[in-house]
Amino acid sequence: MPGLRIPELDGHDAAHRGRTSGFLMIRVRGLCKNFGGFRALDDLNLDVEPGQVLGLLGPNGAGKTTTVRVLTTLLAPDAGEVTVAGHSVRTDPESVRLSIGLSGQYAAVDEKLTGYENLVMVGRLYGMNRKSSAARAVELLDEFRLSDVAGKRAGAYSGGMRRRLDLAGAIVARPEVVVLDEPTTGLDPRGRLDTWAVISSLVGAGTTVLLTTQYLEEADQLADNIAVIDSGRVIAEGTADELKSRVGSERIDVVAAQSEGVDRAAAILARIASGAPEIDRSARKVSVAAPDGHHMLVRALGELEHEGVQVVEATLRRPTLDDVFLQLTGQRAQEQAAPAPSNATATGTSQDHEVLKA
Amino acid sequence: MSSLNAAIRDSSVIAERNLRNVIRTPGAMVTSVAQPVMFVLLLAFVFGGTLGGDQYRTFLIGGILAQTLTFNASFTAVYLAKDLQLGLIDRFRSLPMSRGAVILGRSTADLVTSLLSIAVTLMCGLAIGWRINNGLGPALLALGLLLLFTFAVSWVGAVIALTARSVEVAQSLGLIWLFPVTFISGAFVSVQSMPGPLRAFAEWNPVTAVATAVRELFGNAAPQGFAAPSGWPADNALLYAALCCAAIIAVFAPLAISQYVRISKR
Repeated sequence: MPGLRIPELDGHDAAHRGRTSGFLMIRVRGLCKNFGGFRALDDLNLDVEPGQVLGLLGPNGAGKTTTVRVLTTLLAPDAGEVTVAGHSVRTDPESVRLSIGLSGQYAAVDEKLTGYENLVMVGRLYGMNRKSSAARAVELLDEFRLSDVAGKRAGAYSGGMRRRLDLAGAIVARPEVVVLDEPTTGLDPRGRLDTWAVISSLVGAGTTVLLTTQYLEEADQLADNIAVIDSGRVIAEGTADELKSRVGSERIDVVAAQSEGVDRAAAILARIASGAPEIDRSARKVSVAAPDGHHMLVRALGELEHEGVQVVEATLRRPTLDDVFLQLTGQRAQEQAAPAPSNATATGTSQDHEVLKA
Repeated sequence: MSSLNAAIRDSSVIAERNLRNVIRTPGAMVTSVAQPVMFVLLLAFVFGGTLGGDQYRTFLIGGILAQTLTFNASFTAVYLAKDLQLGLIDRFRSLPMSRGAVILGRSTADLVTSLLSIAVTLMCGLAIGWRINNGLGPALLALGLLLLFTFAVSWVGAVIALTARSVEVAQSLGLIWLFPVTFISGAFVSVQSMPGPLRAFAEWNPVTAVATAVRELFGNAAPQGFAAPSGWPADNALLYAALCCAAIIAVFAPLAISQYVRISKR
C-alpha cells in the first residue's frame, strides 16, 4: 500500500547508515537509450544512497530528462540495469511506481481542479481511500503554504504556487524516492527560492531525492552529491565543494573598454588571483578564478585604475555550469545553458524537444 | 479480482476528475448541444421538404443521434490530447495506477456529454414531430445501444489522441474521418440510392446500423419514397449494431491501452 516506508531508512542520518549498509535507493548501471540515431544516454551510471540528494547537473540535451523518464518508468531503457528502491524498472515497474514520486519539468496540475482536488486525486490514484487522501491533502497544502488558495482552481495559481502544488503531488504517498526534473526551470527568482525551501524540507524528512538542474548554484543549495552529465554520460561526480574547488569558488569577469586593454587587464588579474585568466578577445573579456572574491575584486579594480586600464564592466560571480564544463571538458556548455539563473525562463523549455528531435 | 477493483476505482477517480473539468468548461459543451440542434433544423427544414416532409423529420432523429454520437469521439480525442500535452499523462503514468484507467475514465466521463447530446436531440425531435411509437422498453433499449455506441467510438478518439499527441493534430485527425463515416451511411438517406461501392460501404457502416436499429426501436418508419434497405445488416440492425460496438471496443481498447503504456510526450 502507499506510504510504504522502510523505518530504519527514515531520518536524515539514514544517509550515513546507508553508506555502510550498501543498499542503493537508486542504482543505474550501463544505461543506454537511443532515439533514432541519436544516443541520448550512453553508458550512464548513478548511485544514490538512502536519504541522499543527488543533483544531476548538465546543459540542455545532456540526457537529464531522459534519465528521469527511465527512472520513473515512463521510458523503457535500451540497455543497462536500473533499480529504484530495489525494484527493477524493467521487470517490476509497478513496484517502482509505488516507491516514487515525480515532479516534472512542466508542473502537471489540472488547471480546472482546485489545489485540494488535485492532491486528493493523486492520493486516490496511489490507492489511498477518500478519507486519508483528503486528510493528506489538507496536511500538504498547509505544509506547502497553499492553504489560502486550497479552494481556488490551480489555473489561477502563480508559477511558483503551481510548482509547489506539483511537488506536493509528488510526495502525497510519502514515497521513498522523489524525482524532480528541473524543479525551478521557468520560475522567477522568488518562485525559485520558495521551491528551494520546499525541497530542503523534503530533504530534511529523509527522503531520497534525485533532482536535475542546469544550475550549479541550485545543485549546490540542494544536493549532497552532484553528477555532471554531458552527452548522456557522467563526466564528473562529487560534492558541490569538490566540483567547485576544481573550478575556483568565485570568478571575476572584467571587460576592457579597448582591445589594447585586454592583455594588460589579464596580466593584472593573473597577479592578483589564482590560476591563469581566460581571455575572450572578441568580447574583450578576462575571466579568472577568485577564491577570495570580494577582496580580490576591490584590489583588481584599484590596480586597473592605477595602471590606467579602462574597464566597462567588472563583476564578481559564482561559478556557473559553464565554468564547470569548461574545466571538465575544455568546452563550453551549450550557449543557452551558460547564463546563470536569471535567464531561466528563456533557457529552460527546449529540453525534451531537443533530446527527442536530435 | 483486486486488480479489477483497482481498475474500477482508478477509472472512477479519473472519470470524476474529467466530469469536474467538463462542468467547469461550459464553453466546451456548446458544441455537443448546438451541433445536434443545428443538424436537426438544417436537415429537417432544408432537406426535409424534398425528402418526405413530416415523415422524413421523424425518420431523421435516429440518424442525427448516430451522427452526433460519432462526432463526440472527437471530444475524447481533444481532451486526451490536451492532458498529454500538459504533462498530466506523464504524471498519471508515473503513478501506481491501473494502466487502462486514464482512457476508461475518459470514455466514461464522455458518456455524460453524450447523454446531454442525446437529450438535446430528442427534445428537438419532439419539437418537430418525432415520437416514441413503440413503447418505453424498446426506447430504453435504444438509449442503451446509443450509449454503448458512443462508449465504443470514444476508444477510437483515444487512439487518435495517442497517435496525434498534440491538441491541434488530434483536432484535425479527430474530425476528418467523421464526415465520410457519418454521411456515407443510412443516417439521412436511403442507402439504396447510392452507387455500388458507396452503397456496400453504407450498408455495412456501423453508423447505418445504429441509426436503423434506433429507428426500429423507436418505431420511426422511413418516408414513402425511400427504397427499403435490404441485406443482412439491415435485416438484423440491432444485432449488427451491437456486434459493431463490441468489435470496435475489441480492436481499439487494447490498441489505445498499449499506445498509452508506451507513449512518451514530445
